Amino acid sequence: MSYTTQTQTSMEAAGESAGNEFLAFTLGREEYGIDILRVQEIRGYEPVTRIANAPDFIKGVVNLRGTIVPVVDMRIKFDLGTPTYDQFTVVIILNIGGRVVGMVVDSVSDVTTLTPEQIRPAPEIGTTFDTDYLIGLGTLDERMLILVDIDKLMSSAEMGLIEKLAA
Amino acid sequence: MTIDMSQFYQVFFDEADELLAEMEKLLLALDVSAPDSEDLNAIFRAAHSIKGGAATFAFTDITEVTHMLESLLDRIRKGEMALTPEHVDAFLVAKDVLTMQMDGHHHGSSVDQAAVDSVCQRLKALSQGIVADVPVAAASPSPAAAAPEPVAAPVVDADGNCRFRIELPEVPQKDVDALAAELGLLGTIERETLEDKRAVFILTTGESQDNIVAICSFVLDPDDLKITYDAAPAAASASAAPSTPVEDPGYGIFEPEKSPAVAPQVSSPVADAAAAVPAGEVKNYGRRATDKEGASQESSSIRVSVEKVDQLINLVGELVITQAMIEQRIAALDPLHHERLLNSAGQLARNTRDLQEAVMSIRMMPMDYVFSRFPRMVRDLAAKLGKKVEFVTRGAATELDKGLIERIVDPLTHLVRNSVDHGIEMPDRRKANGKTEAGKLVLSAAHQGGNIVIEVSDDGGGLNRDRILAKAKSQGLPVSDAMPDADVWQLIFAPGFSTAEVVTDVSGRGVGMDVVKRNITAMGGTVDIRSIPGTGTTIAISLPLTLAILDGMSVKVGEEIYILPLGYVIESLQPAAVDVKEVAGQGKVVKVREEYLPLIPLYQIFAIDPRFEDPSQGIIVILESDGKKAALLVDSLVGQQQVVVKNLESNFRKVAGISGATILGDGGVSLILDVSALLRSSRQLNADPVFF
Repeated sequence: MSYTTQTQTSMEAAGESAGNEFLAFTLGREEYGIDILRVQEIRGYEPVTRIANAPDFIKGVVNLRGTIVPVVDMRIKFDLGTPTYDQFTVVIILNIGGRVVGMVVDSVSDVTTLTPEQIRPAPEIGTTFDTDYLIGLGTLDERMLILVDIDKLMSSAEMGLIEKLAA
Repeated sequence: MTIDMSQFYQVFFDEADELLAEMEKLLLALDVSAPDSEDLNAIFRAAHSIKGGAATFAFTDITEVTHMLESLLDRIRKGEMALTPEHVDAFLVAKDVLTMQMDGHHHGSSVDQAAVDSVCQRLKALSQGIVADVPVAAASPSPAAAAPEPVAAPVVDADGNCRFRIELPEVPQKDVDALAAELGLLGTIERETLEDKRAVFILTTGESQDNIVAICSFVLDPDDLKITYDAAPAAASASAAPSTPVEDPGYGIFEPEKSPAVAPQVSSPVADAAAAVPAGEVKNYGRRATDKEGASQESSSIRVSVEKVDQLINLVGELVITQAMIEQRIAALDPLHHERLLNSAGQLARNTRDLQEAVMSIRMMPMDYVFSRFPRMVRDLAAKLGKKVEFVTRGAATELDKGLIERIVDPLTHLVRNSVDHGIEMPDRRKANGKTEAGKLVLSAAHQGGNIVIEVSDDGGGLNRDRILAKAKSQGLPVSDAMPDADVWQLIFAPGFSTAEVVTDVSGRGVGMDVVKRNITAMGGTVDIRSIPGTGTTIAISLPLTLAILDGMSVKVGEEIYILPLGYVIESLQPAAVDVKEVAGQGKVVKVREEYLPLIPLYQIFAIDPRFEDPSQGIIVILESDGKKAALLVDSLVGQQQVVVKNLESNFRKVAGISGATILGDGGVSLILDVSALLRSSRQLNADPVFF
């Protein structure tokens, strides 16, 4: 596949280039945003193959055009909303440093452009995410996006998706 | 086993072509004043690999040139000698000669032996005498460098060849290169550079001066050209030529021919001379003719990057699934009304299947493809070294991904050569040690626990721990006497490490193992060495099964389908309730043919809700790994199929008890069980929760 293993690079790049476009999605009643450049595609939810003894939020693996891709459910991971799986369930396929991961969310709304001025530092409290994984809060008219550093989150030991960090 | 070696020639030529091109690229990019040691190593390895291949196919002439090239490169690489532009020139010439020799073997075109000799001597000269003052000479060619006094008369050697000295005006480097290549077709060409950066060619050829002028005029104005006869007789003194550059164009050399009109007169004696001794030019024309022939042969095979093939395989996989979906949909249609659609769909199904087979066959090859190269090589090598070797191959039918097969050839060649050269002792010594006169060399391949393991084992003298440690210390590697054997053995993979006392053209430069390790690591594999002094050495290469095809048995537990590698499966049966016994605190055992096997309930290990918890209702599959047997309890058997192993770790992490994943016909993912790990865990299932 085109996205083989050209590891790293994304980690450093994310911090600075996070300035521009964000994909907004919802988990429960909160609205989140991630760097659009990490998004490979958006799909519906397909039945997964369960992986034994994996944490609950790792739903399993799916076949994405010949590549085996793990799928995590953020609703379970962060205890937001009710994990239902129907034709409206959305999976955001992320490509993080050459690794492909699927992320189940409640819904995807739109892509928004945020200028650096619109991004405020994240408060120390009040969100489900550890502030380490947040870039800040984006304000857009009446909306507020919680901007997630998806690279950092997905590579974290907490998610247990990557061997060396998980071990 | 009779082997037609010629079936592998194409591979060698393709490989060698690539290596030569790579070598040239590196040489041209090389910064002479501060060469990158990694580049030098790369050039060296290219030469070494070509040598190895050539030796396998008994192309001794190529081996000879590469050996000399390698010797010189080795000294430069180790810093015993400084790199100079002359070296680079000589290497480039050697590369051209190698290409010519390769063509000679490949397409049967003729080889200019004088050029070969000349380059050999040039390399030899560079690696010996002229070494010391070369850097000086390169920086500022001193006029004192004793230019041979050129004489006015054309000198014709025994082959009817003349030496021309062609001085070029200032032209771009690429034109010089092009011209050199073109003139090189006429005969042997050597290049020098004047102080004012102009290039000078010394051409030894049977062609007339006219022809030279004609060729040059494609690139530059013949009026600017200075062609003179060089005094040194052709092939014999060719080696001396590079070391004696003629600096001052005015020095006793013929007056430049300003007008082309003069040229014919000057050239006539040359032409006569050439005609008088006809041996010279026939081969030149012959060669051009065969070059064309060669071009048409080359198109019979294409080298494609593995990535492209992978992509193709993935796409075909998707196509098969889509096709299956269509088939499912139209099965519901009324055959009477949709006859034509159904027919078309049937055809699509056939075509898809054929396409899939064809695509898969691109990748998969039996190990025999590699193994069958070796008997001849071992035999020749043993004869050369005066040893007796009995060569055995096992598991030649094991299929391996072509990408891996191609890349395993070089490492295996090195390992086999090493075993014959260093491992197996001389017959008299073997006898003295109470062994059979003939050493045994076994090459085997097998699937093992999610990996393919290729072993090269000999019953020779084993590795010498003390010598390796001593050598490592002398090379400044961080070692201690207390290191475990396994770590000591790994030392032989360090670059430039060799404990052989004599550098032969077989081995001993320490490059082989370096390359072996590098290649195998690049494939995601590991190399293990087991060695017992006096008993032998086994080098085991373990490669991941990624993309290797596996014969699998699919089993169902609850809603999940798992694949068991068929190699581990002995039988499957439904036990009678009386044959299942509880062992206090040790789980259950099953009695199968008077044997008590531990029962591994898969549902328990993977925490699945099974249909049957009672072994007498489900099915047990008897598995064997590492000599241990166990019974795996599953709900039912689904079928048997070939699956393409996909790596789970590329996007996820290692999962205990799972060696990989595969994609089923319906597009779903199924996990492949790691049977060795399951059996290991079964022994400690109760004591230690291995699975989290």
